[in-house]
Amino acid sequence: MSRKTNQSEGKINQYRRNFLARTTAIAGMTVAPGVILNSVAQAKPVDQPASNKNRWGLLIDANKCSSGCNSCVTACHEENGVTGFGNPETDAQWIRKVKLTDKQTQKVQTIPLMCQHCEHPPCVDVCPTNASMKREDGVVLVDKHACIGCRYCMMACPYGARSFLHEPTTEQKYPRGQGTVESCTLCVHRIDDPNGPRNPACVEACNAEGHKAMWFGDLKDPNSEITKRLKEYGGVQIRADLGLNTGVRYQNLS
Amino acid sequence: MLLRKIIFILAVTAFLPLSAHADSLLPELPKAKKNYNDQTKCVEPVEVMRKSHMDFIMHQRDDTLRKGIRTKQHSLKECIDCHNAPGKDLKVASANDSEHFCSTCHVYTAVQIDCFKCHADKPENTQYRHKITSQAFKQHKFAAQNLNPKTLQLLATEKEGHK
Repeated sequence: MSRKTNQSEGKINQYRRNFLARTTAIAGMTVAPGVILNSVAQAKPVDQPASNKNRWGLLIDANKCSSGCNSCVTACHEENGVTGFGNPETDAQWIRKVKLTDKQTQKVQTIPLMCQHCEHPPCVDVCPTNASMKREDGVVLVDKHACIGCRYCMMACPYGARSFLHEPTTEQKYPRGQGTVESCTLCVHRIDDPNGPRNPACVEACNAEGHKAMWFGDLKDPNSEITKRLKEYGGVQIRADLGLNTGVRYQNLS
Repeated sequence: MLLRKIIFILAVTAFLPLSAHADSLLPELPKAKKNYNDQTKCVEPVEVMRKSHMDFIMHQRDDTLRKGIRTKQHSLKECIDCHNAPGKDLKVASANDSEHFCSTCHVYTAVQIDCFKCHADKPENTQYRHKITSQAFKQHKFAAQNLNPKTLQLLATEKEGHK
């Protein structure tokens, strides 16, 4: 009897040892400078699907966003090959700057507004072909293979985040096609980077410009910069009353 | 019966030199940049690719867009990178040109493809050349069809060396 107990204790010790060894190894990796810093989170192997263990989101500080600056918009459209066709009324906008003026104090703020990557996206609810879809990791996308261009999603989106492409495209960088709806993809090609998720083009541009008003990260990871900031300073959703639980949060909105 | 056969053979031999000629109506496929490997030439055996390339691409597109699986073996981008290489005059054909790898056959068979209404029809980097991937090869339902275990083993063990 006692021998049996000893044996099982030995086993437990072995498990403990293995476990401790592994955790130390992980801690070592995290501490090592430069290893993790370049990428926002751990890389997903290319042959693995996106998982619901992550939820990608953005945090935007309205006070740091400069009213004269448009670099996030330019960078986004450059990155994704979103070009205009000289029709300002219909040209695609994956991200745009919105100006807010306080009626009483006349305080002016600008914020970038793009697809809010909702947890319960109305665009997905209304899509008749299942083209409007949410990935497991919370990125809301249009599957243009299935999109019939009905534009219900554009009407359903409370943020006006989607655009319809009227003109035929040539020399496109990432897939864009006439007769389909498109919007911010949260730079999903960067999220799936085999070397680990990288900041979206807008965040990169904002940092490069020195404003540092945007953070990208995993909302489900308690140790990510974005989660820590949200925990410390809080953040609001635009139209939180709709209960969509957006993946894009704002701070210091007046 | 015999006469009919003779006539048939005569007819066929009469047309043979025509089909071998460069001005033939049959499509002339541009050469790929490189063999994927020596056994299969392309990412799957050539005869499988001829018959089922659309299934591979269709399967991959859903995996990539909806799930975020970005293996390179059956990706349209890789097809373009390898098959639509610049010619001797360093020009890269666009999907509307009859010299474009896809167009050569699709014009001939009168099958319209919509891929390039959204997707790029030219490689982003013309110097780029892919190397063999991938872990997914072993499990793929098409892949296992016509290959002996030795080839499969070889393909599965080859490392991803992509730059």
